[in-house]
Amino acid sequence: MGRYDRNMNMLSREENERLRNFKVCVVGCGGLGGYVIEMLGRLGIGYITAVDMDVFEETNLNRQILSNVNVIGKYKAMEAKERMKLVNPDVFINPVVEKFDIENGERILKGHDLAVDALDNIETRFVLQDICEKLNIPLVHGAIGGWFGQVTTIFPGDRALDVLYKQKVKKGIEKELGNPSFTPALVASIQVSEVLKVLLNRGEVLRKEVLYIDTYSQEYHKIKL
Amino acid sequence: MIKVKLFATLREGRQKEVVFDYFDGITGKYIIDMLDIKEDDVAIYLINGIDGKINDKLKDGDVVSIFPPVGGG
Repeated sequence: MGRYDRNMNMLSREENERLRNFKVCVVGCGGLGGYVIEMLGRLGIGYITAVDMDVFEETNLNRQILSNVNVIGKYKAMEAKERMKLVNPDVFINPVVEKFDIENGERILKGHDLAVDALDNIETRFVLQDICEKLNIPLVHGAIGGWFGQVTTIFPGDRALDVLYKQKVKKGIEKELGNPSFTPALVASIQVSEVLKVLLNRGEVLRKEVLYIDTYSQEYHKIKL
Repeated sequence: MIKVKLFATLREGRQKEVVFDYFDGITGKYIIDMLDIKEDDVAIYLINGIDGKINDKLKDGDVVSIFPPVGGG
């Protein structure tokens, strides 16, 4: 158990051991998803499904932890598996090289304890929220844009995204600002802390509230939804 | 008086806080039009910290908070 020594005593031995029995589905393996998978794997979450149909491009190198110059052109979901073999071979990565949508979403998500929203577009986030609700799976949402980001934890019935993207807006500020190296890492870290608490049923989660992150002014607002 | 708090990119070219004189019938829609904010740039819209709609009539003393959409990953 030496690998997990530094997880103790923050987590009990029993909690550490329970982590290997959970199945988490990470939808999107880009900026957020790469870091989320990395951190879930190092925590020892036993089974992680990594969903992404894209291959790595040069423009990903500024922020996506799964990318490097040797994997340009390779599938992101497959690279998640390759990297985890080196990071923590105890963890099983189930790569799904598909575009998550209303047709395949239920099949992909079924059987998981929790889903992580690491998508890069608002439209598909709503599809993910709908399917999680149908399958009764909690969802940890994260999104980034430039200096900014947000995290919330959505239980079936909460429908937090309906409030977060009020006018059913199609695009966020990231289309203008792009994304740097640090907001994905920051937002992913907060998402993983939420995943851990939901799975172990302890601590306080961002339920019916969103943490809105502004690294430009270093303002962090918890907003009730 | 209506206090309007702007967040993230909505502060560019504007102040963090803007004050409007209250008049009967003033709405968030009027405010965002006056501030030249597009409706699509309004994701979270709060009246006194509670989820509201931009067409809701405001009361004297209300505080409006507006956050733009963040959707990248």
